[in-house]
Amino acid sequence: MIYNNAMLIRRDLLARMCKLMFEGELKEKINRLPLEMVPRHSKNTRCCVHKERAVLKYSAMGILGFNVKDEEDEFMPLSEYVQMAEDRTEFTDVMLTVVDVACSSCVKINYVVTNLCRTCVGHPCTFACKKNAISIHGKAEINHDTCVNCGMCLDACPFNAIIYQPVPCEESCPVNAISKNENGIEYIDETKCIYCGRCLESCPFGAIIEKTYLVQITNALKSGKRVKAMFAPALLGQFQDDPEKIIAAIKQIGFDEVIEVAKGANETTRNETLEFEERMEQGQPFMTTSCCHSYTRLVEKNLPDLKPFVSDTKTPAYYTAEMIKKEDPDCVVVFIVPCVSKRHESYYNPNIDYAMSFEELGAMLVAKQIEISKCEDATCDTTIHASGRGFCYSGGVADSVKQFAKHPEKIKEILIDGIDKSTLRMLRQLPQNHGDANFVEVMMCKGGCVNGCDTLVNSKIALRQVKKVVK
Amino acid sequence: MSRITVEICVGTACYVMGAAELLSLQDAFPSIEEEILSFKGTNCLDSCTNPTCGKAPFVRVNGNILHAVTVESLKKTLHHELERLK
Ligand code: FES
Repeated sequence: MIYNNAMLIRRDLLARMCKLMFEGELKEKINRLPLEMVPRHSKNTRCCVHKERAVLKYSAMGILGFNVKDEEDEFMPLSEYVQMAEDRTEFTDVMLTVVDVACSSCVKINYVVTNLCRTCVGHPCTFACKKNAISIHGKAEINHDTCVNCGMCLDACPFNAIIYQPVPCEESCPVNAISKNENGIEYIDETKCIYCGRCLESCPFGAIIEKTYLVQITNALKSGKRVKAMFAPALLGQFQDDPEKIIAAIKQIGFDEVIEVAKGANETTRNETLEFEERMEQGQPFMTTSCCHSYTRLVEKNLPDLKPFVSDTKTPAYYTAEMIKKEDPDCVVVFIVPCVSKRHESYYNPNIDYAMSFEELGAMLVAKQIEISKCEDATCDTTIHASGRGFCYSGGVADSVKQFAKHPEKIKEILIDGIDKSTLRMLRQLPQNHGDANFVEVMMCKGGCVNGCDTLVNSKIALRQVKKVVK
Repeated sequence: MSRITVEICVGTACYVMGAAELLSLQDAFPSIEEEILSFKGTNCLDSCTNPTCGKAPFVRVNGNILHAVTVESLKKTLHHELERLK
């Protein structure tokens, strides 16, 4: 997560919406919410209260589970979307939506002449530009219609007066899946998106929002059905409290049972270790992990050459959900996730009914005024091997496999800790260039799931906290 | 000889709303000021359940409870308090 004002506003909105949901007043009161959050004379970070309110309205539409771009009638109040969410039975695999009123503030052309321009006589910038896009009017000026974003002028200026101004979401996307449409609004290309959530975190306007199942989940909690929560291992790093208390707090929200995905992680380790040993016997050069859904999407969409080396073992969430549904086929399973990618994975898993993020869990706790430290200790599943809880940080999966392996000394691991240009290159070259390594652990977020886009606290704090329950 | 006590509420509501980041603020002050400033986490101050108290996260500086505290606003408050001591 990235700590900034956009994130604080989103959390406030989530908590207020959760409160209304629990109190059964969402439909009745949601239309007023933007007004309540931004009263007439409030100080704004955007141009005026009306814009701020509009952004909140469309953010709420996203949170209710709808794509902002699907809006047909601008006059339709949020309360109607609440009704639609309540009646809804079909969902899609589109997880993110762009709040267009919040977007469009970023540059189309990334090169900007700053006031450091000395209006020099030589003006090498105009000589460097192949498109004749720069003219001198006192200061150098870039014509946005003819500029092609090549950056030659930046290299040519001896005063460093021309800068590159990035578009945060585009810059952060490792697979170039987000770009502007004809109106200058960012558009996510679903055929390329790998659900890493970078754009969501990086947009300082809060223009990208995650669609949620909060309406469906709170309704299930009220319905009298058995609702079971399974949470990703990274959750134990999100609060300062012990696992017993965190589990108790989730139960207090209304979940009938709370299961650690660390249990399924043990199953993943068991299978992955066997698979690894088998593959090595067959003479394969190396194997990569498969627990990060965003990574397996990356391989699927961008690195097909790597596919034969990716482990076929299922993810911890897969085994956990399978266990829960085997025991209780009629219950509703909610997966509490640290990132968008796990939400996407959940959509394709028939044993998982809904996913909700750590942030949404936080919002529910706030809405229900649950103080974790005051909860009566619940019992933890003592059959869980602690290394399963370590799946959420870089090195944790490799560690776990080593602990389960017959010959740990034969495992020579490389850790791909977070995806960026250089690790992407490394991955691409792995089949040719893996040195003597035979086990490649891949996590798309730097530091692992403790740094997922939907986490509540910064990854350093979370890591320190999680390590307490692994060691 | 610490003269400004900064108690950051780390109860659930405040923690979710960004209190964890406030705790890391103590590293932002030079050691001389560190002697004057004492940071600590505190349990729920019970302000979160009272709508008239404002928004979480809450921080108590020398006994006064501040609301909707961000890293930015807390830095300002503390610099102001330090100035007053000079
Ligand atoms: S959690 Fe901070 S006042 Fe209650």
